[in-house]
Amino acid sequence: MYEFVNSHKTRNSLMFHMFTNFKRILGFAFNDFNRNKGISIAAVFVLTITILLVTSLFFFHGITSYLTTQIQNKIDITAYFVDDTSEADILGVKDEILKMSSSIKNIEYISKDQALAFFNEKHQDNPILAKALQEVGGNPFLPSLNITTNGDPVQYASIADVLQTSDFSKLINKVDFSQKKDTIEKIYSITKNINIFGLILGIILILIAISVVFSTIKLVIENSRDEISTMKTVGASDWFIRGPFVMQGIIYGIIAFLICIFISAVSAYLLASKIQIMLPGFNIFSYFLTNWWIFVLIQLGFGIGVGVISAMIVVKRHLEV
Amino acid sequence: MIKFDNVTKIFPDGTVALDNISFEIKKGEFICVVGKSGAGKTTLVHLILGLELATSGNVYFEDVKLNDADPLKIQEIRRKIGCIHQDYKLLPKKTVYENVAYIMQVEGKDNAEIEKEVPRVLDVIGLKDKVNNFPSELSGGEKQRLAIARALVNHPEIIIADEPTGNLDPYNSYEVISLLQKINQAGRTVILATHDREIINKLGKRVITIEKGEILRDEQAGRFII
Repeated sequence: MYEFVNSHKTRNSLMFHMFTNFKRILGFAFNDFNRNKGISIAAVFVLTITILLVTSLFFFHGITSYLTTQIQNKIDITAYFVDDTSEADILGVKDEILKMSSSIKNIEYISKDQALAFFNEKHQDNPILAKALQEVGGNPFLPSLNITTNGDPVQYASIADVLQTSDFSKLINKVDFSQKKDTIEKIYSITKNINIFGLILGIILILIAISVVFSTIKLVIENSRDEISTMKTVGASDWFIRGPFVMQGIIYGIIAFLICIFISAVSAYLLASKIQIMLPGFNIFSYFLTNWWIFVLIQLGFGIGVGVISAMIVVKRHLEV
Repeated sequence: MIKFDNVTKIFPDGTVALDNISFEIKKGEFICVVGKSGAGKTTLVHLILGLELATSGNVYFEDVKLNDADPLKIQEIRRKIGCIHQDYKLLPKKTVYENVAYIMQVEGKDNAEIEKEVPRVLDVIGLKDKVNNFPSELSGGEKQRLAIARALVNHPEIIIADEPTGNLDPYNSYEVISLLQKINQAGRTVILATHDREIINKLGKRVITIEKGEILRDEQAGRFII
């Protein structure tokens, strides 16, 4: 019983000591931040620019994703069935194709009647085509399956191949892949290149940004090199020395985040209508609102992360006394 | 309490700062380390604080071999020592009050104790009107006194004073030495490193004379003879 009470007291006192130390570290950090306003503002400024750069990359990613999705949604292949294939057989084939690959986004069944209706609707203002259709007589259209994948030409090629060689190939009259092959490959290559280019550019810019922030924080801490050495001399623990610098990194990160989230929201709101003119259907402000938590996570994580890690690395160098 | 056992310190550039020196300091002693500038006094102080490690031989602090001590042990030892450095080593971004309070905060003292003790020490040392000033706003003598206040505030077991009168006029020098004597009379160990002949001769305490890194003399009630 006595031992339990004693260990409880020790634990409480340890907790109290840790809490007191934390409060002191926080106090030192705020004091240093206030007393070195010039350097603090410079650090927040550099961090803000860096976070804005990362944020703009995320906006850029949103725009390119929208663009590539739009383009990829416009490419498809169509399997035309022989005239007397029953709907049940076609739907059976549809199920088989769906089982083939997870990259298939959509398969739409278009019956003979629907194909005719689409044609009539599309060409209702063209009397010549309507007359031609009358002269052919009946419904000349074939039932079909319209297949959309993730845009990869290899996927389209393999689906076209299966359609033409498998058991149900006897039901299929024609697959229009060969006519569309070049276009699909070109579009896929363009979208793939945009993504690769975006990724490489993003990595390069982020690396440059991180090194700029690191250099700025290094400058801030180098300024305190003698102070760190004195703190070591009087017996301060590493965390008691490192803490205020790390905490300052967090303060820089939080302030930079608040500035950035405000700038991002306002810019997305103001630019939404202008971007919508260039990219109909894409509202950048809605994109920001839908993904707000990712923006918060990126900006806060990047701001605090880079601030804290830079501070830890630079202080560590000076703690070797 | 402190023991140097055949200690040699050679810096990376080849300078031999201390050459095979051995001596012992007992608890409660007042010991003067004298020598010309560059004789090795500051290196000796740095070895006691664990700021430098001996190239060969061993430095012991209360049976702890400093060469092998882990960083936590070194921190603990440094907290037991109040050091007045030749170049003050004040914290430039902290006020006079904060400079002194920091030492108590490092020790983990509670706020009530800090709020009571710091003003008292600053009052004794004559800096109570400068509590909100930064070190850059103090004169040389005031900086020296702040360094002393900082060394004393935690009532350390040992006070090491490395040239504590270097920037002081004779009156202030006398005040500082009197203070060190009082601290020693209260049972604390005092190590005074200086090249001030007059002070040493007046003190009449144990004197270790160092020249070119070697101990020339180690005399009880010694005098400054170089």
